[in-house]
Amino acid sequence: MPSANVPNLIPALPELFLAFIAMALLMLGVFQKGGVREDSRTARLISSLSVVTLALTLLLVMTVSGTRMLAFNNLFITDSFATFTKVMVLLASGVSIVISREYMQRQDMARFEYPVLILLATLGMMMMISANDLIALYLGLELQSLSLYVIAAFQRDDTRSTEAGVKYFVLGALASGMLLYGASLVYGFVGTTNFDGLAAQFHGAGAPSVGLIVGIVFILAGLAFKVSAVPFHMWTPDVYEGAPTPVTAFFSVAPKIAAVALLLRVMIGPFGELVAQWQQIVVFISIASMVLGAFAAINQTNIKRLMAYSSIGHIGYALIGLAAGDAVGLRGVLIYMAIYLFMNLGTFACILCMRRGDRMVENISDLAGLAKSHPLVALALSIFMFSMSGIPPLAGFFAKFYIFLAAIQAELYALAILGVLSSVVAAFYYLRIVKVMYFDDLVETLNKPIDRDIGVVLVGTSLAIVLFFIYPSPLLSGAQAAAAALFAG
Amino acid sequence: MILQALAFYLFSFVAVAAAVMVISARNPVHSVLFLILAFFNGAGLFVLLGAEFLAMILVVVYVGAVAVLFMFVVMMLDINFVELRQGFLQYLPIGGVVGLVLLAELLVIAGGWTLAPEAASGGAAPAPAPETLSNTQALGELLYTHYIYLFQGAGLILLVAMIGAIVLTHRHREGVRKQRIGDQLRRRAEETVKLRKVPTGKGI
Repeated sequence: MPSANVPNLIPALPELFLAFIAMALLMLGVFQKGGVREDSRTARLISSLSVVTLALTLLLVMTVSGTRMLAFNNLFITDSFATFTKVMVLLASGVSIVISREYMQRQDMARFEYPVLILLATLGMMMMISANDLIALYLGLELQSLSLYVIAAFQRDDTRSTEAGVKYFVLGALASGMLLYGASLVYGFVGTTNFDGLAAQFHGAGAPSVGLIVGIVFILAGLAFKVSAVPFHMWTPDVYEGAPTPVTAFFSVAPKIAAVALLLRVMIGPFGELVAQWQQIVVFISIASMVLGAFAAINQTNIKRLMAYSSIGHIGYALIGLAAGDAVGLRGVLIYMAIYLFMNLGTFACILCMRRGDRMVENISDLAGLAKSHPLVALALSIFMFSMSGIPPLAGFFAKFYIFLAAIQAELYALAILGVLSSVVAAFYYLRIVKVMYFDDLVETLNKPIDRDIGVVLVGTSLAIVLFFIYPSPLLSGAQAAAAALFAG
Repeated sequence: MILQALAFYLFSFVAVAAAVMVISARNPVHSVLFLILAFFNGAGLFVLLGAEFLAMILVVVYVGAVAVLFMFVVMMLDINFVELRQGFLQYLPIGGVVGLVLLAELLVIAGGWTLAPEAASGGAAPAPAPETLSNTQALGELLYTHYIYLFQGAGLILLVAMIGAIVLTHRHREGVRKQRIGDQLRRRAEETVKLRKVPTGKGI
């Protein structure tokens, strides 16, 4: 008779908790009374409970954190890197639910499945971050993506939203296919899918075979799609524009952070020894993303499209740190993503204020004269815009500073110079928004007052951006420890 | 051993014959029925090989689900198979050439097949020796013990797929008359049936 040994599930406790609560909330929602008014009340209840769940999961993540631990036959890993990125993802998901509540009620799309799907997507992201195996990576990625496809099309009576969902689904399936093909090649040439096993095989080995390199390139392409880096960025503007605005806010932060974390773990962990093989690809992706993000956004009139190109550009900057391939570069990426999280959530909270009567407006020209009608919102948005273009002493400056520092130390001078130049170009469109708000004449005012939830998020994020330089050490030391953990493993 | 050989020839003969009938039967429903026969004989061959799990899966999944699905499709769609088959002889030569090219390519690949030496050693989950475990048990241990995390993750993905399908297609429709069994059973004769005395020759 085989002895019953209980596996150690403590490292995966936050994920288990989140999975159970997501399913429990689903049940709770399903068994509520039907009807239009009841539906809206159920949605309100479930989204409040989801925010509480995410907060509790955050606490669990902090409690479990610390040393490197493996679970489920080495398929699952937690370390300080996982803790750091999971905290960011949970924060992003929680704030996304908070800022979406009023919008969902107003647009008649308040259904309880929305927060549940966000919880499941967040679970997928946490599984991605903690993946220690190519199969676990794929499953986490797919759980996340599938939930995202559904919420992109959540406003199902709107053709743009369904179009966004279908586009995202088709291109995402293609990217998953590439990733799987790459993973199968790697498995075929190395014989294991476990990250530790892969790293052990490459350690001290000679030149890798061509098939293996092709496999790594395919994995890199699949992941580049998920972080929407050039040349796999085509879906981003359409999906960002078509999806409902709170969904776009969610898309632009949480999945990006998770995918960047996954990219870092895969490239530094199992393929860390092969840095010479993939470095030039990352350098190319990074330059292309920065340049495209800078130039393609200039002509945009829709602010959600503009934010899509802006996020492509930001990913380009973050990838500079990965191209450096050392602990300093990684620290830069983590700091960048953390600050990007605050800037983007704040900006999208401002975009959610853009309402005239009972419909949303999305054009940059609709912001004209915002400084006169909503001085505080205009001030917050200009803080975010200055921060995104990297003006000191706002947080966005430090984000870019640590990235370029890493690039200089790794002697990637061309990358650093191109980065600075493209950020100058990008400053044009960020500052144009400030100009429209402060110097253009007020034509038609936006609705007042803004929702209380959004106001709280705006105050929180803009204070974080402005005051970051006074007390940066928690973020810096956290990112430092997280980056070191990835190299220790 | 003679019994095994006999069983093998029986199963393989019936399987090949049924497969030929699948593509030559005039009635598409007959084709699907022959397909089911072929599946059953394939399952028999798997049992002879000692792969009883694959045999059961073949019966449960292919006969139980896929063949029934085929049957539905064949019966629901009104496809004129006679018309579809009309150019058969005309396309036979080109089809044969394509088949031969594919066969040649397969032979080339099979001839040059080698396994990387490190691929054999670093296996993620090496197969247990067949003497110690039945293959159902071995697969179960892999799937439900070794890879339980992935199994549960796949389950969650299916759950999301289900939620997504319902969210994106299910609508509350007003004014649809649905059968509510509880309401029907709760009705009492006193509430719904009125007895009136109808005077003769007058009506109500």
